Amino acid sequence: MNFDFSDDQKLLRDQTARFLSERCGMDQVRAVLEGRAPYAEGVWTGLADMGLIGTAIPEQYGGTGAGYLELCLVAQELGAALAPTPFGSTVYLVTEALLRAGSEAQRAALLPAIAAGQLKGAFAVVEQRTALTPKSIETTFANGVLNGRKLVVPDGGIADLLVVLARNAAGHLGFYLVDLRSATVERENVKSIDPTRNTATITFRNTAAEPLGAGADGWAQLLALQDRAAVLYAFEQLGGALRALDMAVGYAKQRFAFGRAIGSFQAIKHMLADMYVTAKLAESNCYSAAWALSTDAAELPLAAATARVSATQAFQQCSKDNIQVHGGMGFTWEFDCHLYYRRSNFLALELGGLSVWEDRLVNGLRATQKPSAAA
Amino acid sequence: MDFSDTREEAAFRTEVRAWIDANAPKHLKPYLEASGFGTTNTGGYDTFAEAKAWQRRKAEAGWACLVWPKEYGGRGATPIQNVIWGQEEGVYGKLSGAFIIGQGMCAPTLMSAASETHKARYIPKIASGEEVWCQLFSEPASGSDLAGLRTRAEKDGDDWVINGQKIWTSGAQHSDYGILITRTDPTVAKHKGLTMFFLSMKSPGVDIRPIKQANGQSEFNEVYFENVRIPDSQRLGAVGDGWRVSLTTLMNERMAIGGGIATGFPDLMELVEDLPLGDGTAVENPVVRARLADWYVKAAGLKNTSARLLTALSKGQTPGPEASIGKLVAGNMMQDIAKFAIDLQGLGGALTDPTIAEGAARFQAMLLRSPAVRIEGGTDQILRNIIAERVLGLPEDMRADKGIPFNEIPSGASR
Repeated sequence: MNFDFSDDQKLLRDQTARFLSERCGMDQVRAVLEGRAPYAEGVWTGLADMGLIGTAIPEQYGGTGAGYLELCLVAQELGAALAPTPFGSTVYLVTEALLRAGSEAQRAALLPAIAAGQLKGAFAVVEQRTALTPKSIETTFANGVLNGRKLVVPDGGIADLLVVLARNAAGHLGFYLVDLRSATVERENVKSIDPTRNTATITFRNTAAEPLGAGADGWAQLLALQDRAAVLYAFEQLGGALRALDMAVGYAKQRFAFGRAIGSFQAIKHMLADMYVTAKLAESNCYSAAWALSTDAAELPLAAATARVSATQAFQQCSKDNIQVHGGMGFTWEFDCHLYYRRSNFLALELGGLSVWEDRLVNGLRATQKPSAAA
Repeated sequence: MDFSDTREEAAFRTEVRAWIDANAPKHLKPYLEASGFGTTNTGGYDTFAEAKAWQRRKAEAGWACLVWPKEYGGRGATPIQNVIWGQEEGVYGKLSGAFIIGQGMCAPTLMSAASETHKARYIPKIASGEEVWCQLFSEPASGSDLAGLRTRAEKDGDDWVINGQKIWTSGAQHSDYGILITRTDPTVAKHKGLTMFFLSMKSPGVDIRPIKQANGQSEFNEVYFENVRIPDSQRLGAVGDGWRVSLTTLMNERMAIGGGIATGFPDLMELVEDLPLGDGTAVENPVVRARLADWYVKAAGLKNTSARLLTALSKGQTPGPEASIGKLVAGNMMQDIAKFAIDLQGLGGALTDPTIAEGAARFQAMLLRSPAVRIEGGTDQILRNIIAERVLGLPEDMRADKGIPFNEIPSGASR
């Protein structure tokens, strides 16, 4: 039994962490928060130069082919730093869509540019303010063009390449590629609870598009892609949770009240201990999901949903209670607590909310028929 | 990352499996498998006698206390081999309950603090189950604040004379020996005046009385000491060094109790698959599903955390106080799960008669036993303190008794 990352994988994580601490400080996050930049371009090109965008892209398509365990650890560091880049949209969703469902020609044409940081991606699915269902997708594809509107597209305002879920003339759902270097859409940046992430509404009016790969059952493809992306986003959530916990612990040691460090009060201590427990369980569940992702294990749907629910809970609890430990200062714009709180709530929704994933978890659990394995 | 056995581990597993297959008390298997929550069912056979027989057979073949050195009756095995043994022993492991305290806590304390003569005399018989040991630590007025204990040991010639009372002693009625922590000097600060001993539980003046617990069972005892004499040669560690010696025991207690505590989740999953609710079964109900997901995340988190601890062990690292999260999570979970499972059964959930209650009244038994899980071996609150102070590095609690001689510490009305 070896349930740990290798030394090489940890080295890559440390290199990523060092790069982010030097180049992606809170000044970068706040530049996007306050609208001075749409994303941290310097960080993005730095990630490309280090080969991190292509961590899981095979070498034949211009990536480093390092693999998914490595990508999980990169994701954790990006989450800890709140890196304001389109990494998740581009790498966990668009790249995965191309790798899993794209044609050979599409992969060969697009993946090298993605790995080089020249193409930023966005995943355009959601159209309505409801939990996502097949029926809620009304965007159509016919005669080589898309028509319709995507309400919330993370990184949609800065993307060069869109993967769009739409309905064909026969009424079947499928994925379509829109190359914004040539095709035109109407894009409007919109405000969200996390302004450190670009978010846009995108309207297609006879926008040129092509089917992604052979155009299989789009809904099933979406669920499979979400399982994979859920693992990677879970590592971002884990990174954010652990960083928020660190912030809270650090503050509890230095802030004095009633003549003593507030971290010596059990009311604070026990809250921090509970944050630690939730984060630690999430970390272990993320490890298990990383293994399932990297080996394409049959357990992936269950492991992914478990990591997703666990990491969502951990990031939400740690970011919320981090503000509580900071007291009034935690509610100021100037302190960084709200940035983690905002990100935790955005990430909790990005692939569908907690209730959606709780439901998927129970489906996965029943499908494995081995609940006793988790005793 | 790789979950499979290494070649050496696989070979070891094969060897273990073959020996168990040839030697296990198979006549007990159906009863052991039907054991309800917190019980060891051996049909009409005498549980304690069967447990001793299985332990002796294991010891004779070198399969007892695997990680101990051979001279103490062990096998000198690695921690991973010990885990493999546990997995393969499976349901027969239920027979080991009476030996857990002696093997998990007393023997490690003897190994660290007893004389060579005593180690050679006593430890192998703990391994073989021939002699059963208990741990005499908690007192009515000192639970979480263990160092506030009051049982006195006073020197008289070559002996120490013990007076006082211990409580929550598991298995005292079956025990041949016990390790005992006492106060030898009430005039110094509380941690400094303690001394450890071991004694025969058959010593004159030892009076063992079972406690009737809130759930109606009697797993624990009170033990009274009235002028009990212990020779100085049975002292463990120096006079006044008892606190340090006891930390060895307590650290091992966390390891012994911390892993693999039942959460009730598999039982709940089994229940909701079949239990009618509304027009379908409970597992189809969205409220039930949300709760299941929440609990599964914790159960899986504990399982995956132990896999990481095992990995650390197999690399020769020592697991730290983070192991405290196991009992903290599992104890609360069992209590919540039991309550929820009963709630789903309507008023029928109130039944505790095993012949008519669901699953031989397993959830009712969990409901009534789980409050103790959140207290024994470190309360939820003490565990949170341990996590906060030793894992997160937060400042110690303010202690009103710090540095004050024990006999000047305020003690409320109970004194």
